[in-house]
Amino acid sequence: MMLEAHDLAIGHGTRTIGTGLGLTVAAGDILCLLGPNGCGKTTLFRTLLGLLPALSGSIRLGGAPISTQSRVDIARRIAYVPQAHAPPFPFEALEIVLMGRTARLGPFAQPGARDRAVALNAMERLGIGDLAHRDYSRLSGGQRQLVLIARALAQDTPLIVMDEPTASLDFGNQAQVLAQISRLADAASAEGRGVILSTHDPDQAFALNARALLMHEGRIRADGPARDVLTETALSAVYGIPVSVETTRSGRKVCLPSRAMASDGPKENIASGGDI
Amino acid sequence: MGRGTTAKIGLRNPAPGLTGGLVLGLAVLTFGAVMIGPYGLTPGQTLAALVGMGDDQAEIVVWNIRLPRVIAALVVGAALAAAGASYQALFRNPLVSPDILGVSAGAGLGAVAGIFLSLPVAAIQASAFVGGMAAVGAVTLVASMVRNTDRTLTLVLIGVVIGALAGASTSLLKVMADPYDQLPAITFWLLGSLAAITTEDILPALPMVLVGLVPLGLLRWRINVLSLGDEEARALGVEAGRTRLLVIVAATLITASVTALAGVVGWVGLVIPHIARMLVGPGFGRLLPASVLIGAGYLLVVDTLARTIAQAEVPLGILTAVIGAPFFVWLLARGRQGWS
Repeated sequence: MMLEAHDLAIGHGTRTIGTGLGLTVAAGDILCLLGPNGCGKTTLFRTLLGLLPALSGSIRLGGAPISTQSRVDIARRIAYVPQAHAPPFPFEALEIVLMGRTARLGPFAQPGARDRAVALNAMERLGIGDLAHRDYSRLSGGQRQLVLIARALAQDTPLIVMDEPTASLDFGNQAQVLAQISRLADAASAEGRGVILSTHDPDQAFALNARALLMHEGRIRADGPARDVLTETALSAVYGIPVSVETTRSGRKVCLPSRAMASDGPKENIASGGDI
Repeated sequence: MGRGTTAKIGLRNPAPGLTGGLVLGLAVLTFGAVMIGPYGLTPGQTLAALVGMGDDQAEIVVWNIRLPRVIAALVVGAALAAAGASYQALFRNPLVSPDILGVSAGAGLGAVAGIFLSLPVAAIQASAFVGGMAAVGAVTLVASMVRNTDRTLTLVLIGVVIGALAGASTSLLKVMADPYDQLPAITFWLLGSLAAITTEDILPALPMVLVGLVPLGLLRWRINVLSLGDEEARALGVEAGRTRLLVIVAATLITASVTALAGVVGWVGLVIPHIARMLVGPGFGRLLPASVLIGAGYLLVVDTLARTIAQAEVPLGILTAVIGAPFFVWLLARGRQGWS
């Protein structure tokens, strides 16, 4: 088991955000984390990445407790793809990808020719080799997201965590990024990697044929294959609106808010702001 | 986003010979600065004096008066620019200058206290150095005791607080100081000047600047990663807290050393890293040497102006502000990169 969390309580200091959380990720798994704003997805990710200490419970990463591992150890086992952002300085896209090599370098070392080859290869794999020398801060949101995914590939870890990789992307870019994650997942299985991603769109769990983890109010409500777990009842309960799951002509499942909701007015989870 | 064509391996190369050009330009400026002054020297006389074959008077002017000051200007400019580039990367903000954590305010208080107590010059410099280091030490200590998720912001805010306290103490000493003897010295020191510099003043500062530059050079890649923010840097395998502390200590050592030497010289550490970034990009491995070279040349030119444009010495801080402020506005007006 690459990542194993058991009876986890998460939060900041004295403020508990989630309790009783458990999950496992094995080689080749794609785990899709779903849940309304503020349910604790981001806090869970930060805890799994060792960026935030767990309040209680245990996390084992690569067979060892995460609390005993150095940042370098952790970074060699789990890569983090944050939401696309703009750094304050105009780095080249290739430089951003090269930063994924940091955990493989000595503390005073600079990336060398081999690291550059790995970084460029990661970009080529995602079809963005031509962006290598472009100014990252001037790329589109979708391009930046792909650059950050390339950085995770260059980091060369068995596990990749992606925080809402399609958030704030337009329709076309969402499809592109999702296709790349799907390809990556195929490749991930062959290479024995695992991917954990969070999303606001249950359809993506179906599209990726992923294992779905449904989170609500700091607890995990369901964990299993998307087609079993993401039922009308479960989604309606978690998101607080009536949801219907339909099958398209091509046989894929899609989720739709039912018409009835329009008259219901906004529910609390819509008003509750961003993720914690 | 197009299909990947085989991109060239290697990072953006600054125009070939850029470093060579900067070094050459710096050498020319240095030679010119040694030549220029109230005691006129021809290029030939200057060269002869530099290689020890000039007449006695020229050699005294070059070796005892001009060179110490020229070297001091080079060191101070290089140091402030290097510290500024480091702090800007560290605090992820191109509007940051080396005194963000209160080093100038602390050094100012230290020096003013020294002047107030009528200490000898060397003791005033030592007091300024200790004041600068102590201010930043207090800032990091207080910041580590405050529980806050955004450590960078905490540091900056505590820096403002400690800087304000040091500034208030400095003002108190100014009010209490002898208005005919001490106050002019205090004012002149707070505006920065190399007018009274001697070789003996430079010698203690030089090794400390070098000692501070070494970790900045060694950590150049990690400083790039840190400029993505703490959380990402940690996820990429950098012990962000420890690395940042090391960079802060190094950059503060550099700034406090030269502030003790020259007084408070503003704007260099803010503006020069911008120019360097325009030339070589934000990668710290190239940004640091470029900032050092450009900063050295810039302060040399400004100091040469300070001692030649008027009958009396013009304080450095006034000139760097007069040149730096409009230039910075121009930078912002044409600037395309944002800051967080």
